[in-house]
Amino acid sequence: MTPAVQATYKPGEFHAFEGGGQQFLYLVPSGGIFAVDFAAAVVLECLEKGESSVEEIIAAGAKRGFDREAMEEAIFELNGSHAIAPADQPWKTLLQEPTGKFPLQTLVINITNQCNLSCEYCYEYGEDKVATPEGKPKFMDWDTARQSVDYLFTESAGRRAVHITFFGGETLMNFPLIKQVVAYAKEKAQTEGRYIDFSLTTNATLLTPTIIEYLSENQVGVTVSMDGAKEQHDQLRVFANGKGSYDIIEPKVRELLKSHKTRPIAARVTMTNRAMDVMKTYRHLKEELGFWEVGFAPVTTSPDRLYAINEPGMDRVLEQFRELAKEYLEYALRGEHHGFSNVSDTLAELHQGVSKSHPCGAGLGLMGVGPSGDLAPCHRFVDSDVHALGHISTGIDLAKQADFLGRGHINTKYDCHTCFARPLCAGGCHHEAFVRYGDTGHANLHYCDWIRGWTDTCLHIYGEIAAKNPKFLEHFAERKAA
Amino acid sequence: MRHLKAINKKAQRIDDYVSSADEDVVALQGPQASRPHVPMGCSLVFSPGWEVDSAGGTAGLCQPVERDLYDCYITCFWPAQVPDHLNNYPDWAGKCAVATKDWKNIDLVFP
Repeated sequence: MTPAVQATYKPGEFHAFEGGGQQFLYLVPSGGIFAVDFAAAVVLECLEKGESSVEEIIAAGAKRGFDREAMEEAIFELNGSHAIAPADQPWKTLLQEPTGKFPLQTLVINITNQCNLSCEYCYEYGEDKVATPEGKPKFMDWDTARQSVDYLFTESAGRRAVHITFFGGETLMNFPLIKQVVAYAKEKAQTEGRYIDFSLTTNATLLTPTIIEYLSENQVGVTVSMDGAKEQHDQLRVFANGKGSYDIIEPKVRELLKSHKTRPIAARVTMTNRAMDVMKTYRHLKEELGFWEVGFAPVTTSPDRLYAINEPGMDRVLEQFRELAKEYLEYALRGEHHGFSNVSDTLAELHQGVSKSHPCGAGLGLMGVGPSGDLAPCHRFVDSDVHALGHISTGIDLAKQADFLGRGHINTKYDCHTCFARPLCAGGCHHEAFVRYGDTGHANLHYCDWIRGWTDTCLHIYGEIAAKNPKFLEHFAERKAA
Repeated sequence: MRHLKAINKKAQRIDDYVSSADEDVVALQGPQASRPHVPMGCSLVFSPGWEVDSAGGTAGLCQPVERDLYDCYITCFWPAQVPDHLNNYPDWAGKCAVATKDWKNIDLVFP
């Protein structure tokens, strides 16, 4: 059947990319990824400079050996996927608002705001901090923790699986509370016939064989904040006396990686202008120490801090990311695991075809709770009076939540509306936006080019894998739990 | 779709949606290309009959009527189509124990 086509068409919104000799389209804002054949490519070529009539397109197709029916079919399919549209049709690019109440999935419990390190760039204590911990408890008590667990179970009604992440400060400074929470939450999950898992982030200084054994036995996922080999790590991850923490944590990390086998262990690297050698850091953490995966994030900071990475620096970071991503691709084509999680996380989202209304689940499926019981959009806003969204004892303040989510919604970030990376980025981290622009709902315009560059790199890798080893993409079939 | 190949999961959903607008609707079937063709009608069981098209087969019939006749007899008696098994031909389907196997044993009736 030859479908009916309109008279004139215009190009839709998409990002074309190539991988493995095949041409692909990344559709915006849907997030769909299609491989296009030659006939469809001819249609897109005709529309490269703007509108084109069907007869012009068919004529262009005829020159390449395609008959009318093939070209009309290609037009029909491209139009149906919104890669092109009838010239007179207005675009509808706004995303839906979340409908009704969104059930909670993850609760990040800041069990203490105290830390035994004094990392200069810390967003909780550093110069750009948003926390106002004065007069509030430094350690969470059992009563608040228990209420937090109850809150998670009540507010996640309808979900089978929920997740608790312990955060700090340094989480292991309140290890007894972790044990209490895990025992209580497990029992509660069992009673309700639900599934719960746990993870924590630590600086590794306080790990002991007993703690490691406990974490392994209880399948607590562990992320270690670590910035690389000694030289890089000790630049900013220091004790109060200025002494680097590498020598203390190195043997403990090795012990952790040797003994905790029930969950993959990840390293989380904060990049600064004093520690931005991606390859060297990755080699050390993945190959010398043996982390399962390593994720990198440039430090969140005002641009004028001494450790901030400037624009040429970010270009260098992207170059190195691309180099390591190339290695990821080689591994993927052989069907092997590679630990560069910045790539795997992005591929997972590309494979699902996410199209985000908000950059992350903060204030939506994820909430943070501070030692005092204050609720915050995420762990980065915990203990901040300005950003509190309620209290664990009284629940969430719906008006404040609506304000936070309203400002963070992609529909209100006009700068993003012409960007092909918005289905994934949605304007970027709320916290980073606040530190940079004083508004959680501001688009993070300082890294737009970077995000587009990185998204394009990951799309290329996705395309290569889809063309040469599509079976590998099955790893990403299940949505990664937040 | 022939010119666009869905690669990720979202694309597959778009493909399903677009294809559903493109493909023929068979009888009263909804637009679900991947499912087996179950014709709408009064019968959902295998009910063979003997209507044929002009070529002597059933392919040209608008509904696969072989599914209808036996069911008209079993579940909803329709005197214009099936023998009157209540009064005159009580044994019409006597040799047909299992319709899927024995449908050839259903005999013609000459009133």
